[in-house]
Amino acid sequence: MGALPLALLLAASGLARIRAQGEVRWGGDLQGGEPYVFRDPRDPEKLVGFEVDLVRALAPSLGVRERFVHNDWSNLVPSLERGDFDLIVNGLEDTQALRRRILLSRPYFAFAEQLVVRRGSTLRTLDALRGHRVGTLASSLAHQILRGRQGIEIVLYGGQEEPYRDLQLGRTDAVLLDSLIAARYGLTKPDLELADGDMARGSYVIGMRKGDEDLRDAVDSALLRLETEGELRRIFARWRLPELPAQAAPAQPDLPPPATFDRAQVVLFVRAAGITLAISLLAMALAVPLGLLLALARLHGRAPARFLAHGYIELFRGTPVLLQLFILYYGIAPIVHLSAPAAAILGLALNYGAYEAEVHRAALQAIPSGQAEAAASLGLSRAQALRLVLLPQAVRTALPAMTNDLIALLKDSSLVSVITVVELTKQMTITAVDVRSWALPGALCAALYFAMSYPLARLAARLEARLEAAGEEPVVAQAA
Amino acid sequence: MILRVKGLRKSFGARPVLRGIDADIARGETIALVGPSGGGKSTFLRCLNGLEPFDAGSVEIDGLSLGPRTRQDAAGLRPLRERVGLVFQGFHLFPHLTALQNVALAPVHVRGEARHPAEQRARTLLQRVGLADRAEARPRQLSGGEQQRVAIARALAMEPQVLMLDEPTSALDPQMRGEVLAVLRALSGTCTLLVVTHEMSFARNVATRIWVFDEGKLVEDGPPAQVTENPRSERARAFFRGAT
Repeated sequence: MGALPLALLLAASGLARIRAQGEVRWGGDLQGGEPYVFRDPRDPEKLVGFEVDLVRALAPSLGVRERFVHNDWSNLVPSLERGDFDLIVNGLEDTQALRRRILLSRPYFAFAEQLVVRRGSTLRTLDALRGHRVGTLASSLAHQILRGRQGIEIVLYGGQEEPYRDLQLGRTDAVLLDSLIAARYGLTKPDLELADGDMARGSYVIGMRKGDEDLRDAVDSALLRLETEGELRRIFARWRLPELPAQAAPAQPDLPPPATFDRAQVVLFVRAAGITLAISLLAMALAVPLGLLLALARLHGRAPARFLAHGYIELFRGTPVLLQLFILYYGIAPIVHLSAPAAAILGLALNYGAYEAEVHRAALQAIPSGQAEAAASLGLSRAQALRLVLLPQAVRTALPAMTNDLIALLKDSSLVSVITVVELTKQMTITAVDVRSWALPGALCAALYFAMSYPLARLAARLEARLEAAGEEPVVAQAA
Repeated sequence: MILRVKGLRKSFGARPVLRGIDADIARGETIALVGPSGGGKSTFLRCLNGLEPFDAGSVEIDGLSLGPRTRQDAAGLRPLRERVGLVFQGFHLFPHLTALQNVALAPVHVRGEARHPAEQRARTLLQRVGLADRAEARPRQLSGGEQQRVAIARALAMEPQVLMLDEPTSALDPQMRGEVLAVLRALSGTCTLLVVTHEMSFARNVATRIWVFDEGKLVEDGPPAQVTENPRSERARAFFRGAT
């Protein structure tokens, strides 16, 4: 691309820019799934969904081709602002806060917020749900409504299926999400039912960057034409999107004012850091003995125990901890019902146990064989030799590696947010979306991680020095 | 007889190391086990307390017998090991414990002695090997000779019927060798000693009998004067010519 078209691209209006590109790029999250935009199960090369149909109907009016850009849903707005795409078309909800930040088109779809509960539940209003757990998607309109209510414990999810699954399992007592999601993912489950079908109303709009006013106007007039020609209705009918209930709900729910980065946010961060620290320390406290057991099984066990320990270590090291957390929390939920913090601690412990096993094994194998022989020749049993002679030496060797793993675990613990635990990193992303800025929350998050990991490293270094002073190096005979 | 060995055989793979050893030791004897390197001396010692399983033959120590192919970690070996002390060429002190703790460890945990009297006895033993003032030192703060003397005290703490030492001075420089040999000289006569050694003057002057091992066989067994000056086998003659 030459210098002139590039300059034109930067300076020109949105419409001129996409025409110069020959395409309009639109952002959405494939994880949002059916019916928004998702991969065709019959042909995963193809994208389908009602928003795909919508953009394909819009693009010719703009005189360009369309191209989809995948982006995490909760970060669609910052990605739009940094120019990754020209439009957000992905269930973007019209709110006052969003209007101040970016340009919004006329609504293309109206929905109701619906409260879904287990069949026969007595907790059927937000007031009744005070003191109970209610699931929703992070950064959604429903999330904002729930935050405006005192005393409700909000459980945040990344996808639409999991909130209803946890509701079925009794991990939450209600789910508040829009009618489109409720109809697809919630009310299709026979043991769930609608408690309130019209708690608030909202609409989906297309988002655009400030400065792209002419693009917004073009999108608006194209949407209007699709609406009057009945094309919009045909698309919705094709995807069987639910009609709005007839009775009117309060037009705008009483939403809290947009968040600012204040004291209350800092308190949330510190609390989340506490959760990160607690999960990490508890997981490590389980991983170290588990690893020791595995290492002993591998080094001294009979053949089946050796085989099992080896298999365990390779399995847990060789698969992503994220996957293990998913399986532990969602996969085995019908059989073993773990709370989110329990699953988080256990999942990290099981994974890190495999690494600690190798640390312990290496440390035990580094001890000269003469130590075990000297212990045996004195009449110590094998268990006594391990406890009194070998392990005290192995711990000294293993300590630096274990410290390293603890610090890694502290940061890996951010993965547990996928099973609804709001720890430090998750708190940071939630706040960043709320206050529409990454800089300050990001800096505070980094500072808190450092404030936890650095003292741990210092503590371990001091412990190491103390053990060193107590005589650590193995005695090696000089050659005669 | 405090120790009786019959037809002891041991191979490492296809290579025979011990080719049928018959030997015995009476209470209070000091045996110097000598011979060329690779003759099977150290393996023999390790077989006697079960650190190395053997293929055939039998070992009987103070009424307890040990058969072929006994695993190194068999629980049945513990009473036998309480009766046999073993001191290694490389000392193998426990580096995380003080000299005193090294000596008191087995009495407390194997024999169930109370800590305080066990440590009192450990102090006495350290005094006996000339290290009363080093009780609180860690192994790495000790010289090689001091470490070996602590190792001897550690083995003596179990009051073994037989104390076996595997080249106890080979890893030491001459001055430290003297320290350790002086301790052994003082011990001889007070307990039964079986010492694998290259120290010919020690063998001549302290031992009651000398055994010569060569290529897995006990080729000489007799009083020092007879074995060193008038060996019966050609191999032993060759060995002593080289050694002196």
